[in-house]
Amino acid sequence: MIINHPLLGPRDASEFAYLGDVGIIDRPTDWQADDSIKNFVEYGYLRDNPAGDHKELWYHEQGDRSWLVVTRNTLTHEISSVEMARDVARSRGRGK
Amino acid sequence: MQYSVFRLLKEGLTGNRGWKPVWREPDPRPEYDIIIIGGGGHGLSTAYYLSKVFGRRNVAVLEKGWLGSGNIGRNTTIIRSNYLLEGNQPFYEFSLKLWENLERDTNYNSMVSQRSILNLYHTDGQRDAYVRRGNAMFLSGADAELADAAQLRKELPYLDFDDARFPILGGLYQKRGGTARHDAVAWGYARGADSRGVDIIQNCEVTGIDIKNGKCIGVQTTRGAIRASKVAMCVAGSSGRVAALAGMRLPIESHVLQAFVSEGLKPVLPGVVTFGMGHFYISQSDKGGLVFGGDLDGYNTYAQRGNLPVVEDVVEGGMAIMPFIGRARLLRSWGGVMDMSMDGSPFIDKTHIDGLYFNGGWCYGGFKATPASGYCYAHLLAKDEPHPVATQLRLDRFQTGNIIDEKGAGNQPNLH
Repeated sequence: MIINHPLLGPRDASEFAYLGDVGIIDRPTDWQADDSIKNFVEYGYLRDNPAGDHKELWYHEQGDRSWLVVTRNTLTHEISSVEMARDVARSRGRGK
Repeated sequence: MQYSVFRLLKEGLTGNRGWKPVWREPDPRPEYDIIIIGGGGHGLSTAYYLSKVFGRRNVAVLEKGWLGSGNIGRNTTIIRSNYLLEGNQPFYEFSLKLWENLERDTNYNSMVSQRSILNLYHTDGQRDAYVRRGNAMFLSGADAELADAAQLRKELPYLDFDDARFPILGGLYQKRGGTARHDAVAWGYARGADSRGVDIIQNCEVTGIDIKNGKCIGVQTTRGAIRASKVAMCVAGSSGRVAALAGMRLPIESHVLQAFVSEGLKPVLPGVVTFGMGHFYISQSDKGGLVFGGDLDGYNTYAQRGNLPVVEDVVEGGMAIMPFIGRARLLRSWGGVMDMSMDGSPFIDKTHIDGLYFNGGWCYGGFKATPASGYCYAHLLAKDEPHPVATQLRLDRFQTGNIIDEKGAGNQPNLH
């Protein structure tokens, strides 16, 4: 697989380490909430696992060490979009 | 029809005209007591033990494709019970005991061959860890045997004992481990379940799970709606897709694992051998091909094929312990979709939806578990309580902190 890095251009997937479902960006914010155990268990252990387009985190370990959000089809391995994870996290309200 | 030597002789002398199909192809009835989704090894094994041991015969197995078209037809056929943790090891030892009696039990030749499995160790620390694992195996009643390099040099002289990076110092044997003929396992269970009245319905994909007032009442399929008081998911790599039909998210990711077979060689490898410093396991099939595999590709996928970097990695693992395989040509490679769980251990449990049950998360160790998985799932379905060796294989174990992480790798499925 070739991942089209937004800054570096097309790079071989073997340069990257795979982390998984992009939902890991949305860490529960309130650890004191009544349902915080449930929220953290879901965050830590439950994953979307679709057959089709999947948004996922890849780490460019053998490159510039950036985190990417890759949208990839899990049936065909076709990659339809690659974004910087930093931008995605900010657009979801992280890092404020 | 009972298979026997007498029957074989009779058919052989009369032109083999008396053999019949070994299971029926019934149309689905409108209602069953129990529906099992998935006609792979585990689903058929569940149906077999439900009908044989627990007397539940109003059962249907729904299979999207043909019987055994999933992982039961694409694994590396290894059977063993060499685990460490108490949540796993008694379960796998129970499974190995069922394997040992499988052919007599099902009257079907599954070619179970207890040709041994050997885990090589390469450092003193790893030897200590294997001694500990061997002792854990004893606790469950399994066998284990430590072999030093001198012994292995006699038994497997072609291993690369003096590799500069990973010298082979010895290994942990489980002599009762070995291999089995994977398709025949599915067929034997299918035949046994069918003969006791279980309907095995092929080309019948489940497209919806009907839930009314928090209770599962049946399924929608490509061959119409079917009612049932209990619906049992048993779909391995497709667990995420089927559970999503019931609105469930699971502690599971689906990954591809590749396997390989070389051209046929003369008998060279008596048992199963695994590399201790990389991920590589190998055995020789009865046809002579070396059957081997290694690591996952490492990303979520439902495509039953992998990429070349992992092919290279697996083959390097092989070259590191037995350089002679570099002379053999690779004939075929293929991939299967693994239901990789968050701690590397499986689930056999009820779900939060009344009447809906889940069996999955087998990672890449599902084949050896086939008999016990079916037996324990059947126990759960028939009695609504877990079998004594499967009490820890719960879906809520992450919430309660009772994770079963053999490798201590944490909640990262592609590391297990």
